[in-house]
Amino acid sequence: MAQMLTANRLIDGCVLYWRGADWSEDFAEGAVFGGDAEAKAALRAAQPFVAGNVVVNPYLFELKDGRPLKEREWIRALGPSVRPDLGKQADNPPSGFARRAAPDKPAVERDDDVSI
Amino acid sequence: MYRYDEFDAAFVRERVEQFRHQVERRLKGELSEDQFKPFRLMNGLYLQLHAYMLRVAVPYGTLSARQLRRLAHIARKYDKGYGHFTTRQNIQFNWPRLKDVPDILAELATVEMHAIQTSGNVIRNVTADHFAGAAAGEVEDPRPVAELIRQWSSLHPEFSFLPRKFKIAVSGSAEDRAALRYHDLAVQIVRNGKGETGYRVLVGGGMGRTPYLGYVLGDFVEKPDLLAYLEAVLRVYNAEGRRDNLYKSRIKILAHTLGPDEMRERVLREFREIKAAGTLQLAEAERARIAAYFAPPAFETLPDEMPSGDADFAAWVATNTHRHRMPGYVLATISLKPIGGVPGDVSHQQLDGLAGLMDEFGFAEIRASHEQNLVLPHVRRKDLPALHARLRELGLGTANAGLASDIIACPGLDYCDLANARSIPVAQKIAERLAPRQNEIGELKIKISGCINACGHHHAGHIGILGVDKKGVEFYQLLLGGSAAEDASIGEIMGPGFGEHEIAGAVERVVDAYLKLRREGERFLDTYRRLGMEPFKNVAYGEELHAAH
Repeated sequence: MAQMLTANRLIDGCVLYWRGADWSEDFAEGAVFGGDAEAKAALRAAQPFVAGNVVVNPYLFELKDGRPLKEREWIRALGPSVRPDLGKQADNPPSGFARRAAPDKPAVERDDDVSI
Repeated sequence: MYRYDEFDAAFVRERVEQFRHQVERRLKGELSEDQFKPFRLMNGLYLQLHAYMLRVAVPYGTLSARQLRRLAHIARKYDKGYGHFTTRQNIQFNWPRLKDVPDILAELATVEMHAIQTSGNVIRNVTADHFAGAAAGEVEDPRPVAELIRQWSSLHPEFSFLPRKFKIAVSGSAEDRAALRYHDLAVQIVRNGKGETGYRVLVGGGMGRTPYLGYVLGDFVEKPDLLAYLEAVLRVYNAEGRRDNLYKSRIKILAHTLGPDEMRERVLREFREIKAAGTLQLAEAERARIAAYFAPPAFETLPDEMPSGDADFAAWVATNTHRHRMPGYVLATISLKPIGGVPGDVSHQQLDGLAGLMDEFGFAEIRASHEQNLVLPHVRRKDLPALHARLRELGLGTANAGLASDIIACPGLDYCDLANARSIPVAQKIAERLAPRQNEIGELKIKISGCINACGHHHAGHIGILGVDKKGVEFYQLLLGGSAAEDASIGEIMGPGFGEHEIAGAVERVVDAYLKLRREGERFLDTYRRLGMEPFKNVAYGEELHAAH
């Protein structure tokens, strides 16, 4: 599954995306890695930015059809879903994807193991 | 209100400068993130999904107009124009920049506020009944006790690295508005058979992954002994609480593993030792000195008549005002749950507006409640029409306290790094669906958490909702039958979870079933306790209500 690399900027916590040699605030500018080896190489390449106190907590996340697989990453890329006036979505909506449309039915079958 | 003495003020100022230096060192690279993280957490600074989050302590939920104005200023200057009141009576700012946080803390220090011990494995901000000092039937105002505990627990050298966080609540009433049985430790002011007041101490309550209701550890702890007794409890926990397993590290696990008899015996052993040493005895003069800060206002002699007004006013009075201990006065709940709004959020204009309103009506203080509302404790009945009009102008006149749209919701996945699912949009959808019928529905406590940490108190909801992540998709478990009041109980999980777009409908079907099944005078909780889960479970999953019910 395709992956991207993200982190938070140290000075203000802003969500950033790795674009090959440095970071962008825009999800659409982030580099997409098709394989694990490529993704792990990017994570290694980002380490000097951790040591250099530019970013904290870099990690990889998965994409599906060019969009974040998990709701968490959608929200990080856009801003709070309940406050469209705040976050990245407020001034500069990330290009390339919009908030997921509401499905009519659950995306996965209900079962008994929905627990913690 | 309590005022800092010179030592308090100097200490908080020094702590701000210490943190300023730590931030400078972090930004210069002299501290790594691993080295810095414990320092920022000790000062209430978290890193969340979009930005840093600063959690500011509001001891026992009490704020002055001056403090509200400073919070408004901070929201405006350093954040994005709003704050969020939490279920621990604190306020959080969601967008501060790391480089600005020392300045924010310095601003807070000017109004005797800070963010110390709002994170970490320490004794957290002490909470109290938000009706303290005003409720009819109260044995005694719990705030002086809460303040004593705050002073004792602040930077207590022995309890700075507990096995896990430790939360204390205090109440002076038989009616429980402080969720006493859900706390690590709770102090309830009680009167014994001789008419003397003392403290009932409960231990071992908690929410999270393993919910427990606390039990009575000390039936009647005498006033001079309170801090010695609490110190004994903390010593037992500090020594014997599980440090090897995060999920078993809260005192609830120790307290329920040992059981009441053994726990009591171990605490008493420590207590006798502390008492024999003569330390931590609370002299009457010291108790009176602290209590003097919380002296009630000079109440006027007023008629106990409720003024009349339009339908909106009457609805607000019916739901948002509460009986006061003095004739002619009421407590007034200011709902932070506008229908379709974000529970607990308040704008800088509203904070400033509330401060102005406090000046205008002569209110010395306002309270944050664990239900994410604000409370004015001493309102003259004759002032209610003007007060309500001013609240409406501020967008704070929602008449829903205790009703279906007065929903507790944690920040959830819209903000929180720990969350698995969003809470706020679920609260908004449910509120919008149920608000038109909420007066007919009556008292209904709906509480929503976006993860198992239970900041939204879902275990204690008459209807509780827990957000979970299932393969990257938000699902919601429904719980019924919880209560954080004097009839405390832990909600029961209904069964399989509901999708994001199903949960509000499921809650509405459960409420519809209640309306059909209830007997005269029954709240939702009463009907659930009489009938059990089955009829509600059936309708929640889309089946017709069984004729036998």
